[in-house]
This record gives sequence, structure tokens and C-alpha cells, in this order.
Amino acid sequence: METLRPDVASGRRRFPLAWLGTLPFFAYTFAFLFLPAGNVLIGAFKGVHGGWTFSNITTLFHQPYRNAYETSIEVSLTTAVLGAALGFGLAYAAIRDGTPRWIRSLLTTFSGVAANFGGIPLAFAFIATIGTIGVATQFLKNQLHIDIYGQGFSLFTKTGVEVVYLYFQVPLMLLVIAPAIGGLKREWREASSNLGASSWQFWRYIGGPVLMPSLLGAVILLFGNAFAAYATAYALTSGAVNLVPIVIGAYYSGNVLNNPHLAQALAFGMFFVLAVMMMIYVPLQRRAARWAK
Amino acid sequence: MRPKRRIALSAAVWLVLGVAYFLIPLLATFLFSLRSIQTGKCCSLAAYHFVLHNGDFWHTLKVSFLLALETIAISLLLFVPSIYLVHLKLPRLRPVIAFFALIPFVVPPIVLVVGLLNIYRGTPSWFYDKPSGFLAAGYVILAFPYMFFSLDAGFRSIDVHTLTEASQSLGARWPTTLFKVILPNIRTAALAGSFLALAIVLGEFTIANLAQFHTFPIFLEYVNETQPYGAAALTGISFAITWAAMLSLLFIGRKRAAGSGSVIAGVR
Repeated sequence: METLRPDVASGRRRFPLAWLGTLPFFAYTFAFLFLPAGNVLIGAFKGVHGGWTFSNITTLFHQPYRNAYETSIEVSLTTAVLGAALGFGLAYAAIRDGTPRWIRSLLTTFSGVAANFGGIPLAFAFIATIGTIGVATQFLKNQLHIDIYGQGFSLFTKTGVEVVYLYFQVPLMLLVIAPAIGGLKREWREASSNLGASSWQFWRYIGGPVLMPSLLGAVILLFGNAFAAYATAYALTSGAVNLVPIVIGAYYSGNVLNNPHLAQALAFGMFFVLAVMMMIYVPLQRRAARWAK
Repeated sequence: MRPKRRIALSAAVWLVLGVAYFLIPLLATFLFSLRSIQTGKCCSLAAYHFVLHNGDFWHTLKVSFLLALETIAISLLLFVPSIYLVHLKLPRLRPVIAFFALIPFVVPPIVLVVGLLNIYRGTPSWFYDKPSGFLAAGYVILAFPYMFFSLDAGFRSIDVHTLTEASQSLGARWPTTLFKVILPNIRTAALAGSFLALAIVLGEFTIANLAQFHTFPIFLEYVNETQPYGAAALTGISFAITWAAMLSLLFIGRKRAAGSGSVIAGVR
């Protein structure tokens, strides 16, 4: 079938030239993606006075760094699982039979915006809402006599960070999972109920297994999304919550580095966690693609 | 014909709660921004007055906008010809580039900036000390996955071989083929990628903060520390910009083949 390919049929071999054309792309990604990534990976294993060492990496397993990783993973896991559950419920409510179609498109549009509304402005929106003098805080206090700060809630803690992260996690989940839910065919549902299956049986034996790879993949995506987040937590807590990106950031904001390789090691730790996630995510995604519309 | 069904009660409850969760912070931010700077009571436009008459606001907004335009220009120049060549002649290379496009997920901005600072510290100041140099270089990488998946979907929806053959058999040279035949056909994909890049650059805080550049999000953070109502007004403005970018994206998307591209940019 080679003759059907016009580039081969023309008789002129342009292969070297075509490779040359992609050179700028490879040069650029090498200079600004692979070189910096390589710097972090290699630097993490370098000592202060040169030479190779594992001491930077072993430092990560001691305080306060160990705590930073635990907090980061806890926040990411909580918001990923909660975000996935809430996002799924919302997506299913929007897609299921009986819900008008315009609701679905409106919700998808809004999720596109909300999933992108992260970082500094998002933190402010929540400070203005449930900060100490926020609109909702004062409304609850003055009108309903519920003092949320008096009862121990604070936006500027780990819980606060989790509440805020959900604002972009839920819409992201909705965007990611909607095609998978749309891929559940109505015929399957009808066939299973014709055969006498209950709603629970449908979800247990058909809907669940079909959606499972997409759901797990989405949880991983959400985890990575929260794990890498820096700006939102920074603006919210001014660095009071000990997350890995915040610790790395503190190293670079004017402080003199006594061991620059420690920042690289911290970054390497993040890379490692995300790489493990990616290795689970890619095969899951491949499986999920089988059913998604 | 199936009978029209009414919306399920549980679905309605989910939707109402969901919409409330998303809208309340936006509404509260708006109300907050109307508070008077002196008394903290409603209603005053002083916060907006403060923002709009602040030189730094216009300056940093300009810096960020120019940065976004530069990022978009470099990304298109870099990615369009490569992805075109990949679709035309080097299909085996496509999985390689698709794999590259996943790497920014594993190397997020906070990791990338550590490497970038270490590698490029000590380079000439026209690059290292300028947003248009160092920052733009990093932002192209942040935009890369979104640009790639958008452009890739665009190229997949057109017949690259036939278009190129037709153009060349009519005597067009390579630049003519690329700019007058291919580019108009992937215009919507390129625009979609560009709007995502715009949203990313206008909101990016991590790299700018660690590399100590003064962009719009950095100004936003500075105002938050000094002037809470002004910060709320700025948040509203910032949200409007995100809305504008995303709505433009959807408006373009309507003309495009369904199911291609994603609208998930990451500014955290």
C-alpha cells in the first residue's frame, strides 16, 4: 500500500528535511523542559561540596519535610476523592434522563471557567466569602447567629485549603467524567432492567465496572492537580500550611540557600509522586477510552 | 418517540447545591468589593476607583498581556510547523510528541521553575531578568500540552495530505502552503489553544513569584496583603477575564468538530 502515500509516491525522499523541520521543537523542549527537569533529577543526588549522595533524599524523610509531604498527600487525596464524588454526583445529575439538555451545557460551560479559576483570585474569592470578615461569615454570624470561626473553623488552615481546592476539583471532575457517563448506553440500562436487574445490580455489574477506569483515572488527575498547586495555598495561608510547593517556594523567596540541592530534592520528591501517578494513569486512560463517547 | 420525563428530585437537589456552591463565592466577592474602605459597610465604588487609578494595575496587566501574546506567538511558531510535519510525513513521531505533552503533568510549574532557575542563572540579563525572556520561555512549556492537544485534534480533522498535494500541484511553495492553505484550516484549533495559553499566562503565579517578576497575579497578591476590598475588586476583574477567554474558546469550539480538545488549563 506504499504507493498510496503521496510523499513516497512522489519519489523524492524528503525524510531528512522533515526531521530538520521538527528540530526547533525538539531543541526548545530540550532547553526549557528536559534540561530543567534533568537539573532537578540530578541535582537532588548531588552533595553541597560536589559528588553523589543520597543524603538529600534521606533528609526528605525527616521533619519538617516528611510532614510537608504527608500534608500535601493528605490534602491532595482528600480533595481528589471528595472532588471526584461530588463532581460525579453533579455530572450524573446533569446528564441523566429527565434533566433538560440546556442544564448540561450550561454546567459544562461554567465548569470550564471554574476549573480555570484557580490561583490567587480563587483564594481571594474565598477570603471575601468565608474569611474572618467575609460576607458569608458575617451573614451567618449576624443573621443566623452561627459563628463559624467561634466553632473552630478557619479558612487559613489545612481544612480551609481543602475547601478552596474543591472549587476547582469538582468542575474538573465534571469535565473529565461527563464523556464517560455519556458513554453509558441507555440500551444497557433497558436491557438489564428487562432482565430483571435492580438499579443497584445495574451499577454493581454494568455501570460500575465500565466507569471504574475513568473514575480511578479522574481521581489520579485530581490528585496531581491538587498536589502541584502552589498559588492558591500561598495566597490563602501565606505559607502557614506546610505543603511541599510552599516549602520549595520559601527556599527561593529571598532566603539564602544553605543547601540548594535540598530544594532540588524536594522538587524531585514531587516529580517522583507524580510520575508514579502517571504510570497508573496512562493504562487506566487507555482502558477508559474503550467506552467513552 | 419516548415520553418526556421530568427532572428527578435527587438530580434537582444536586444541581441546586452545586450551583449554590459555585455562585456564592462569586456573589460574595462582588458584595465584598462594594464595601467602603473606611467603614467596611456597603456600598461604595472606592475599591474599583482604587484599582482603576492604580498605575501598577495597568502596568502589570500590560506586562501579563504582552507576555501572553508572546507566549502564543512562540507556541504557534514552534508547534504548528512541527505538528504539521508530523501529520504529513512523520506519523511515527506523533506518540513521542504526545508523550512529551504529558511530561508537564509530572514536572509541574513549581518543579520546572527550580530547574529553570538553576540552569539559567547567570545567563545574560536581556534573557534572565526580563519577563519576555525567562518567563515567556517557561510559559511556552506550560502552554505546550494544551496547544499540542488542541492543534493535534485540529490537524486530525483535516486531510493534511490532500491539502498539501493540491496546494503544491498548483505551484505553491512551502511557506505558501503552510500559511495560506494549512493555517486557515486549523485556525479554530490554533485559536482554541491560544485562548487556553492566554488564560494560563494571565493567571500564572508560581514561576513569576519564585523568579521574582512583577506580573498581574503578583500585583493581585500584593494588593491582597495591603487592601482587601481592592483585592476583591481585582478578583472580579480577573474572573471576568477568565470568563472572556473561556467563552471565546467555547464560541470557537461550536464551529469545530465535536469531542475534540479539552478546556482544562491549570493555574493553581
